Amino acid sequence: MSMRLKPQPGEVIDRGRRFRFTWNGEAYPAYEGDTIVSALAACGERVFSRSFKYHRPRGLLTASFLDPGCMVQVGDEPNVRGAHRRVEPGMVVSPQNVWPSLRFDIKSANGAFGRFLSAGFYYKTFIKPRRLWPAYRSVLRRFSAGGVVSPDSSHGYFDKRYAHPDVVVAGGGPAGMAAAIAAAEAGAQVLLVEEEYELGGHLRWGNEAELAALRELRGEVGSTAGIEVMTNSVVNGRYDGNWVAVLQRNLPHVVERLVKARAKTLVVAPGLIERPYVFEGNDAPGVVLSGAVRRLVNLYAVKPGERAVVLSANESGDAAAEDLERAGVEVARVVDARRGGDVVRANGGGKGVRSVECADGTKIDCDLLVTAVGWTAPTSLLNMAGDRPVYDGRAARFFPSRLTEDVLVTGGLAGDGTLEELLAHARATGRDAAGRATRTGRALRAGIPQHADGQPELAQSPPVEYPKLPVYDHPALFRGKTHGIVDYSEDVTSKDLVAAEKEGYDAIELAKRYTTVTMGSAQGKLETVNAVAIMAEATGSTIEETGTTVWRPPYAPITLGALAGRIFEPVRYSPMQPWHERHGAKPLVAGAWIRPDHYGDPASEVRNVRENVGLIDVTPLGKFDLRGPDVPRLLNHLYVNEWSNLDVGAVRYGVMCLEDGVIFDDGVTGRLGSDRYILTATSSGAASVWEWIDNWLQTAKPGWRIHITPVTTAYASINVAGPKSRDLLLRLAEGVDLSPDAFPYMRVRTGRIASVDGCFMWRIGFTGELSYEIHVPAAYGLHVWEALMERGADLGVKPFGVEAQRILRLEKGHFIVGQDTDGLTGPYGVGLGRMVKLDKDDFAGKPELAWQGERGDYLRLVGLQPHDGSLVPPEASQIIEDKNGVVGRITSSRMSPTLGRSICLGFVAPHLATPGTTLLVQLPDGERIPIRVTQHHAHFDPEGTRQRG
Amino acid sequence: MILLPCPYCGLRNASEFRYVGELSERPDPNATGIEDWRAFLYMRDNPAGWTTETWFHRAGCRRHFVVERHTVTNEVRDSRLPAAQLRDREDERATGGNVADDRGGATY
Repeated sequence: MSMRLKPQPGEVIDRGRRFRFTWNGEAYPAYEGDTIVSALAACGERVFSRSFKYHRPRGLLTASFLDPGCMVQVGDEPNVRGAHRRVEPGMVVSPQNVWPSLRFDIKSANGAFGRFLSAGFYYKTFIKPRRLWPAYRSVLRRFSAGGVVSPDSSHGYFDKRYAHPDVVVAGGGPAGMAAAIAAAEAGAQVLLVEEEYELGGHLRWGNEAELAALRELRGEVGSTAGIEVMTNSVVNGRYDGNWVAVLQRNLPHVVERLVKARAKTLVVAPGLIERPYVFEGNDAPGVVLSGAVRRLVNLYAVKPGERAVVLSANESGDAAAEDLERAGVEVARVVDARRGGDVVRANGGGKGVRSVECADGTKIDCDLLVTAVGWTAPTSLLNMAGDRPVYDGRAARFFPSRLTEDVLVTGGLAGDGTLEELLAHARATGRDAAGRATRTGRALRAGIPQHADGQPELAQSPPVEYPKLPVYDHPALFRGKTHGIVDYSEDVTSKDLVAAEKEGYDAIELAKRYTTVTMGSAQGKLETVNAVAIMAEATGSTIEETGTTVWRPPYAPITLGALAGRIFEPVRYSPMQPWHERHGAKPLVAGAWIRPDHYGDPASEVRNVRENVGLIDVTPLGKFDLRGPDVPRLLNHLYVNEWSNLDVGAVRYGVMCLEDGVIFDDGVTGRLGSDRYILTATSSGAASVWEWIDNWLQTAKPGWRIHITPVTTAYASINVAGPKSRDLLLRLAEGVDLSPDAFPYMRVRTGRIASVDGCFMWRIGFTGELSYEIHVPAAYGLHVWEALMERGADLGVKPFGVEAQRILRLEKGHFIVGQDTDGLTGPYGVGLGRMVKLDKDDFAGKPELAWQGERGDYLRLVGLQPHDGSLVPPEASQIIEDKNGVVGRITSSRMSPTLGRSICLGFVAPHLATPGTTLLVQLPDGERIPIRVTQHHAHFDPEGTRQRG
Repeated sequence: MILLPCPYCGLRNASEFRYVGELSERPDPNATGIEDWRAFLYMRDNPAGWTTETWFHRAGCRRHFVVERHTVTNEVRDSRLPAAQLRDREDERATGGNVADDRGGATY
């Protein structure tokens, strides 16, 4: 049955573009511009979902984004606002919350047993016995509302943007448009945000004069420079400093974009939301608000029913009645609430309204009941700006009370009046917003330090004159003579609220949490004021005394995708990355860096380092160039060990603690010249170390003459490790005597490598082999790496990755900060107590380290080998002692290719740290295996003869 | 998101900064007792009101600075260089040095 009307003057559908889509498994026609629900209503459909708790059939109520009965599933996207989302060719739409079908729903039996599901039903019922909780859960889950999320859902692109407009206007109705135009004409950069697909607000379903005013305003918005318009977008929150979150949905190829706008002023002009009326049967399909009728008839040319009763308390109701007549609907009666008329109940079953009973006792057959009983002021953004709006009993709605300098209000939130009066107020608001933005901008610029003499003069603009808006009287209509649904999304009735009050939940915030009223998909925009009024009635107080719940962000629902959005963090690669990619490196994400984990077989990489020579890209190593006469003082302050006596050409290992005496970072520092040092930090700790140094130099030791320059990415770093590493470097290094006597272990040299000047290299031994860590200017990193690979081919040179290095260092017993230490580990615990020089005057953590050394009750890091060398206990496995429980844990474990057995590092209690002690490790399957404490941390070459060679 | 006035860069988003903590005096490490040192490490006043704290402009000029902020309203009534730097500049002034003023380069 087609309910489509002949063309309407303001219709938004394109009758030249007709297509089909699927609803509930069947094909339906639609025009471009139709919403999902307007297309279905045009085909005579009236039921679009089942309600959350009682599974009552639900139809149209507001025909807008908020419509609680029109949530549908579109493809794999759940909870789509069907009365807002435009239908597209081939769209597959299905109803939600129905089982087994929309027309026959088993759980609607809940409706018949509604008294069992009263307020607090779940809290009272499913408590005992506790052992049945899992059973309760599996049953209740079937009753949860909403659509279906498939793990295989397609992932669209979500975006993020930062904006710095002078003025954000929230709401693109006539007031918002006029304010935006006036602000832009005054020179402001304006962001105009409208929740619907088109600008215009209520003018869009207005009469000819209103449509003409709309065309004029739209033309001005389009022709005024400095206005950016976002439609199908919503201002979702206002935070400190006018940080405004805008959810933008109108971009091609972008699902949603979160715009973070730092607005100098925010103009709030969302208009008013029509409030439903509470009476028996008020949720039956066919009971609609006047705004829904006006939208259906004027925007979508859809006839809302055949025979109507209109309950009207305002112009919107009267206009809806006229719309209905024009659309050929028989208006059986207009019940005028301004003259005491009222509706008592709507009768009708699953298919919708069949008749209406009026207060005067008459019963009228009809399939449509239109209510126009008043307005809710959507004051959410004002709440978020710290305002507590006040109730005006004469107008039966809330108004702003005290606004901050950077937030202004216009349109229906500010008052009533003719279109001309509202537009004049909006223009004044726009001018004021622009003026305030200019003043804020000047103050911000003045706050930016500059070496100018004096301050720029702040020009004083005259205060903006506002025309005063009238406030019209409106009958206060919330609940009629019967009880009905208050919250359509949550199926909360006025009876539930009264019951909650009787049970002692007599404050609105308590009743809200107890009954879940205002906690559904409409988030209070339809039902808050009714809930407050019913609570006021139940407690015998006024609406003012009862107060209202606080609106919090987000204003409209936002997807997790939009919140996650696009990540702005850069990814870092070393200059050798192209080579790694060509040679099959498996990437490893290490903080901001992507590094080669291995090139296919870590074990063979380990063997090649032990037997021949290997190269590892260690560019991510944190490197800092320190210059100045006070560098030794800084090093002494940062590290626990002694630095005063570091000669030029020497390299020393150091351990850094924070003031709590816990190991923070470690690394080597070399002295390249009389006042030039290179300090290295771990790859992951580099940023924190830099901040830590800055903290000391800026807040405590500003007099120290030190320059610190981060050079992590200025040098490409390559560790050349293995018995043949010297042979390889001899072929490429110039200006450096590589003989063991001239360049021994723990020394640094500068020189040329592969014809590249400005390199430095140091002999250190993380792998335990003879090795040179060479640092070359980053632009030549790839060249030097390739030269080393080419010239070392006959020596068996091979690359090795992070995994091989981890095995090599574990064979040598070197700990890794963060892997083999935790938030309690001090230098004594890892066996470096002898490094701590408490005779230094001061250094970070000195008092704690003194106490640490005296106490001696810390866990000990020890080398460990399972008796069965084929078993590798997973890292973090616990070490168990029968009488004491957990007495330690494995921190690192690997199969050693060099020794052909499993090796570990781990923490154990002090009494178990003696070499030779046998302990028990519990494996994940519960089995306990014996493991032996080794003589040294090092499992291989504990004397270090290889690295000193 | 609140804005914080960096003495060098002006008002910036709080996300550009790292909160270092309430200003606290480091005891003499050679004379302190365990109680005083642990109080320095862990005990904070955390008032609902005015507090003096150190911030670090991590994504900007990388300067530490001291802010007097109201923890309820987020109003900032002062933003200045750390005390040690101010003392250091006093010393330089006393010896005839030419130094910038106490608000970094700021003129406000």
